[in-house]
Amino acid sequence: MSHETGSELLEQVLGQRARVSARLDTIGAVIAVASGKGGVGKSAVTANLAVSLARRGARVGVVDADLNGPSLGRMLGLLGSKLVDGSEGVLPPAGADGVLGMSSELLLQEDAPLRWKGPDSDRFIWQGVTEAAMLREFLSDVVWGELDYLLVDIPPGTDKIGRFLDLVPTPAGVLVVTIPSEVALSVVSRSVTSLREAGVESIGIVGNMSGYTSPDAEQPLPLFSGDGIRRLTESTGLELWAEIPFDPGMGSRTDRGDPAGASDDSVFGRAFQALADRVEQGVGGREVAP
Amino acid sequence: MKFLCLACDAVMAFAERQLPGDGTLTAVFTCPDCKREMALLTNPMETQMITSLGVEIGGRTVPPQPMQQTRMGLDSPLEDAFEAPTTPPAADGPVTWSVEATERLENVPRFVRGMVKRIYGEYAMEREIRVITPEVMDRARTDLGLEDM
Repeated sequence: MSHETGSELLEQVLGQRARVSARLDTIGAVIAVASGKGGVGKSAVTANLAVSLARRGARVGVVDADLNGPSLGRMLGLLGSKLVDGSEGVLPPAGADGVLGMSSELLLQEDAPLRWKGPDSDRFIWQGVTEAAMLREFLSDVVWGELDYLLVDIPPGTDKIGRFLDLVPTPAGVLVVTIPSEVALSVVSRSVTSLREAGVESIGIVGNMSGYTSPDAEQPLPLFSGDGIRRLTESTGLELWAEIPFDPGMGSRTDRGDPAGASDDSVFGRAFQALADRVEQGVGGREVAP
Repeated sequence: MKFLCLACDAVMAFAERQLPGDGTLTAVFTCPDCKREMALLTNPMETQMITSLGVEIGGRTVPPQPMQQTRMGLDSPLEDAFEAPTTPPAADGPVTWSVEATERLENVPRFVRGMVKRIYGEYAMEREIRVITPEVMDRARTDLGLEDM
């Protein structure tokens, strides 16, 4: 008896996954920047790491997976840029230091929230599925080309990490961003657990806002009273890949679409130098065409 | 998901899909042996669930277009987010557009226009149609089941 109906819905879904896999095949390392906790500076870390790697000659792309609270379009200087309908897919714009980027910010009217056409009632039933499809299309339908790194900024919520891993089951690495506060510690620990349960091997802790600094300061000053970063590394056994102090000037630059990254010998710059070093050395991945 | 004709013990085959525009969807299935027909009717919520999955009951009539779900589903999009390439995609090949067809294409919202143009271009290429006219567009809509475009 033939089992073909003409619909083959499962095959259609598997085809979607295959397109993601094929598109990412030319990328050396897909790295997620996650936390689980909101407000810890994941997007700023992503933008500054991206330009730090790009200035070393790496080809870098960024996916803003925070579909409801996008900010990387702005941070990478992409606002106003157009997406081009290419023959192989959508060509992403290049922003700061040539970093390619895709964000829902590029698709939405100013001040418009992410909303979908559809029945007005019970939107919660299908909205999550639709947003997962949008992220899938950011990965599969954008012509990323040959990149050394594709950084994916994951929004808050451990479920969002799982959504990403459904699409990219074996990322080269995941940077888990946290801050010293005790509240962040408990949330971020859950994210680490979910990453380990999913079999992610390369996980590094990034301690953001580990202190307060300025371009002239030699040593950062304490910003939070907590000791959550050290406790997280101890409780999880994970390595601290970088401690990044808060520098208001650098924060403003990032907000203006001009992330400084590892541009100078300031405390902030040295922190991103160290993080870029660690990513280059410690994240898995594969060789891609030069 | 399959429908079985109990009398014939055969999997029914998809025959026709209708999207009347009120959010409902009708999919007709036929038994390959006895030709008995049955229809699946989904309400707007159920139709939306299928749409959200990015699948089409009855199978795809055209390959998935780049960012199709996002472009078709997004409310309040930035209309000029997409632009045409400076060099037309090779997929357009020798296909040209009549003035009337171009005018009709201009009525398509800019956010999805490039995607729609590509679908018509591929339809024409596959059938060796050199000039896309409004009549060709109408035929493509029927042939490809583009009721929602």
